[in-house]
Amino acid sequence: MKYLNTFGEYLLFLKLSIGRPEKFKMFRELFVRDLYKMGNDSFGIVSIISIFIGAVAAIQIGYQLVGSLVPMYVLGRIVRDSNILEFSPTVTALVMAGKIGGNIASEIGTMKVSEQIDALEIMGVNSAKHVVLPKLAASIIAIPALVIYSMFLSNLGGIISVNFSGIVSVSGYIQGLLMDFDGFSITYALTKAFTFSFLITTISAVHGYKTEGGALEVGWASTRAVVQSCIAIIFFDFILTQIMLYK
Amino acid sequence: MIELKNINKSFDGKQVLFDVSAQFEKGKCSFVIGASGGGKSVLMKTMVGLLVPESGNINFDGRDFLNIDYEEKKIIRQEIGMLFQGGALFDSLSVEDNVAFPMRMFTKWSKEEVLDRVNFCLKRVNLENVNQLFPSNISGGMKKRVGIARAIALNPKYLFCDEPNSGLDPITSRLIDELIAEITQEFNITTVINSHDMKSVFDMSDRVTFVYKGKAWWEGDKSLIRGSECKELIDFIKASEF
Repeated sequence: MKYLNTFGEYLLFLKLSIGRPEKFKMFRELFVRDLYKMGNDSFGIVSIISIFIGAVAAIQIGYQLVGSLVPMYVLGRIVRDSNILEFSPTVTALVMAGKIGGNIASEIGTMKVSEQIDALEIMGVNSAKHVVLPKLAASIIAIPALVIYSMFLSNLGGIISVNFSGIVSVSGYIQGLLMDFDGFSITYALTKAFTFSFLITTISAVHGYKTEGGALEVGWASTRAVVQSCIAIIFFDFILTQIMLYK
Repeated sequence: MIELKNINKSFDGKQVLFDVSAQFEKGKCSFVIGASGGGKSVLMKTMVGLLVPESGNINFDGRDFLNIDYEEKKIIRQEIGMLFQGGALFDSLSVEDNVAFPMRMFTKWSKEEVLDRVNFCLKRVNLENVNQLFPSNISGGMKKRVGIARAIALNPKYLFCDEPNSGLDPITSRLIDELIAEITQEFNITTVINSHDMKSVFDMSDRVTFVYKGKAWWEGDKSLIRGSECKELIDFIKASEF
């Protein structure tokens, strides 16, 4: 019953937050600020994680292929598909849940406990829409863009690691990388990225918005936002994979 | 004029306001006084629409605030200015942008017109050359003054102040009091102030409502307070003076 109530509250919050902006000029300013904060400030962490994930995946899969009958150049193809289908969208989303999700929950939570949300409401502003909509729009652009960026870097990481480890020649690895590419894997990865960005932003926003009390409660809200966003990402990763890859 | 009739409000089955009725007149500073936890803040939040009472009526110049739709409520809310206890300034915006916010949200004024009005409002609260500072860079007293400047930006008809003196030194407290009183008369605003600062009450109130245990226990002119036979009010006054 408690979970149903929480889910109902979440749906009502979505109804309140999603819609036409009240003042487009204000929305645009907040959107640009949030897009910069979410996108630009996340390049560093996404770059490091993506390169190392690609590098480690290449070594681990190469280790499993050694001695098998599968030609080693296939390594590039397996690493590419693993990166595009799973590592880039899911790991990037999990990292963003920690970085962006925690930030959204604590920002909105602080606004709530310091009465800034009340100030907006008293002025006649739909506070949920004013605060959440620009963040949602920004994350729906920033996270999929970061996922595409991560796809390139993780495959680059694979190339760097095979170059240093010598599991397979770089040219052989690239041959595998270009082999039998199916564009649907990008569609699948971006569908996941859009879904994850929606989940991260809305779950974090609702936790921030429900915060009552002070600094301690803001911290809890932030933690809950990250934990629940991560669970939602993993859950929807499974659902979308089931729906899209086994039609 | 703001009229409250038989307002009842409870949280999780615990009643906080009991049949509260009161009137707050135009161009006057009406004080709501009472001990912490007595229901003052709940009453103010109910008046401005942040909380919905279980029963009762709230009228803003004859307009029923509770039985209208969201869009109609928005129109009344745009006529309300509110000064919060902590200022409630937007952390991510400069002082100038904080004061400009309601204008940018609800008017089609040009940048120059908005800036002129911002400077007028800041000057009115005796603040100059602070436009580009952020709330984290200014003192508590300045935050309250910026809060007042933002509250009067759109020429409100109603001004609500929640404990405007809390956390301020006596000199700044008096400055804020004088400012609220001047603005109330200058713009002919209906001002409602939540406070337990009795010096402010005796200096500037036109009408006082004493809230005790969630009820409007006593209502009258400040000159009648000391001679009142209401024991709870006298106890509260005495406790405030020592």
